[in-house]
Amino acid sequence: MEVLFVLIPVSVALAAASVVACLAAIRGGQYDDLESPRWRMLFDDRRARGADGLMLNGEKEPTGATGPQTRRSNPL
Amino acid sequence: MITVRYDDKIVKSFLIATLFWGTIGMTAGVLLALQLADWHFNFGLKWLSFGRLRPVHTNAVIFAFAGNAIFAGVYYSSQRLLKTRLFSDVLSRIHFWGWQLIIVLAALSFVFGVTTGKEYAELEWPIDILVAVIWLVFAYNFFGTLVKRREKHLYVALWFYIGTIITITVLHVVNSLAIPVSLTKSYPIYAGVQDALVQWWYGHNAVGFFLTTPFLGMMYYFVPKAAGRPVYSYRLSIMHFWALVFLYIWAGPHHLHYTALPDWAQSLGMVFSVMLLAPSWGGMINGLLTLRGAWERLRTDPVLKFFAAAITFYGMSTFEGPLMSIKSVNALSHYTDWTVGHVHSGALGWVGLLIFGMCYWLVPRMWNTKLHSVAMANAHFWLALVGILFYVVTMWAAGVTQGLMWKEFTADAMLAYPGFVETVTKLKPYYWGRALGGALFLAGMIVALVNLWKTAKGGRFADEQVSLPGEEPAHAKSTISMHWHAVVERKPLLLALLTLVVMSVGGIVEMLPTFLVKGNIPTIASVKPWTPLELEGRDMYVREGCYTCHSQMVRPFRDEVARYGEYSRPGEFIYDRPFQWGSKRTGPDLHRVGGKYSSLWHLRHLQDPRLTSPGSLMPSYAFLLEDELDLSTTQRKIKVQRMLGTPYTEDEEANAVAIARAQAREVAAELERDGAPGFENREVVALIAYLQRLGTDIKKGGL
Repeated sequence: MEVLFVLIPVSVALAAASVVACLAAIRGGQYDDLESPRWRMLFDDRRARGADGLMLNGEKEPTGATGPQTRRSNPL
Repeated sequence: MITVRYDDKIVKSFLIATLFWGTIGMTAGVLLALQLADWHFNFGLKWLSFGRLRPVHTNAVIFAFAGNAIFAGVYYSSQRLLKTRLFSDVLSRIHFWGWQLIIVLAALSFVFGVTTGKEYAELEWPIDILVAVIWLVFAYNFFGTLVKRREKHLYVALWFYIGTIITITVLHVVNSLAIPVSLTKSYPIYAGVQDALVQWWYGHNAVGFFLTTPFLGMMYYFVPKAAGRPVYSYRLSIMHFWALVFLYIWAGPHHLHYTALPDWAQSLGMVFSVMLLAPSWGGMINGLLTLRGAWERLRTDPVLKFFAAAITFYGMSTFEGPLMSIKSVNALSHYTDWTVGHVHSGALGWVGLLIFGMCYWLVPRMWNTKLHSVAMANAHFWLALVGILFYVVTMWAAGVTQGLMWKEFTADAMLAYPGFVETVTKLKPYYWGRALGGALFLAGMIVALVNLWKTAKGGRFADEQVSLPGEEPAHAKSTISMHWHAVVERKPLLLALLTLVVMSVGGIVEMLPTFLVKGNIPTIASVKPWTPLELEGRDMYVREGCYTCHSQMVRPFRDEVARYGEYSRPGEFIYDRPFQWGSKRTGPDLHRVGGKYSSLWHLRHLQDPRLTSPGSLMPSYAFLLEDELDLSTTQRKIKVQRMLGTPYTEDEEANAVAIARAQAREVAAELERDGAPGFENREVVALIAYLQRLGTDIKKGGL
């Protein structure tokens, strides 16, 4: 039974801490911008071109052919 | 404009390693499945016997296949999300080659019987140290990349990676603490119940933080990318992360229901496991709904097909897991093939299909070409899906069948199936079905290898280079007000620390009491340490991986007490380093096997199990009857055990070898009386001595 002397205080402290953290998060406006990050990650950066104006990665210019590999620059 | 050249070569290396080790690990899996259907598939080689090959399979698919895939996915997505090249090319290369070295060493050590005997943590201490070093190289490289990033906000995938890196570090270190006897042998600092608790705290969280969180991170990156749709709810993904990290760490004891673990720890594990359903399904729904608006592409795009199926399997196995962790369900499912089926629906379905989807998306991109054949990718998908279903359904059927047979009593209150072997031979058709399922999955993998190889050959690989706007400093001021979560997200080290705190609270609450409070593990006066010879025999038991098929834990059920004898008490295991409770009964429990049969019976049974148990699936261990008993490290073993607090006397340490020899003579004399002379210097006497002692001490105490 001695174990309860460790368990109960730690559990209570833990539960209290998570409630406090949750309230602080909501009051602090943590969820204010939950929109832009999910869109931002979709946009790939422009692939760099060499001095000759050609793509540095050895691929052809996107031609709009079908298939998953062509949805590179603008996923939408 | 800033031009950034991403390090895609390292991603390429890890991708190739993923596919290479995946093929090897799954081939080992199919071989094991065949061995369970017919033991001859070990070809009479001790190096390929089930107990030694199983850790090769589990470690290869978890740490080599899934591990390399994690590194590929993390390195690819992190560079893009953080808009910077990886922190250090040198560290990346050390990481890659170090990890491959670990895999090779692991495979070799397992087939030669070098193992700690703790599931999914079988690596011996020198390799464990190497794992820790290489993992920290990975951590340093990842956090270094975070620090030099050009993007303030940390996308949700990165949190999952951070959680993974920190948690795995802690789990690996805590569970691997051991005192070496030699380069190839060590004893864990924990014994019995405590070892079990630490091991399954590790074991469950290895599933949680090696096979779940990194793949969820990858899901949150690759699924939106492949679908061209943003993640369904960013808010849900945040809740998913914190809730998962907080809840996972408490669930480990559900692996130890009805064992000699204190009851409160079992209940705690069960409650948290059931609660885990919420964040898991939140994540599953979040992943699936990301595809909304893109459902029609499932018909044509193999990448999305793999992802959708993977997320569905995540949902299925995270429903099945909480279900199985309910004690009354676990009473039936534990030690049966149901567990094996559950694991594979997660491993093949969730992890496997997600990895293949990622490969089909990454390879054409990185090699700047199109996928060689969509038809082949579709063929792979159906082979994999049918393979998984075959596997899972046969294991459900086998598990429930065997579980019910064990528990069946006749009208005369006798066990309906008193011979354990009856309950195993009944399962043979299912075992063949499982082997077929595994073979189909492997066949799909081979189709993938050809397809991806041809794709790569048809393209040209180059590191991707991108142009980023402006010369702005890395951490420009934000116009959005900084809330605490935003502050946390921008400080990776703070976030890392918080993750560590949240996650360790669970572990500490569960482990500290059993360490500190003596009352939890009542000692039994009649339970004494293993003799030197029995200790050697026990180490053989560990070496041969007997625990992969035999438990040493009689649960307090009517049928188990009737079948095996007195149920197991916590105090009986206090000298067991490592604990050998096992997690699967392909053979009967052995905790009360001591004194049940004659020593000659054991000799014949090890020589050829079918001599004593017709129909047995167990491989032959005839080599134990031939190989010479090696006592060269016995004295050191006793010394290390004494260091760990096992009450051997100084005299016992000094004369360990002589004591062992004397007992070996006794066992050999008994065998000779029964008509089998000449085994005094053979390994088998040590193993028989151990088996004959198992679970008998408690009877001397009057039970």
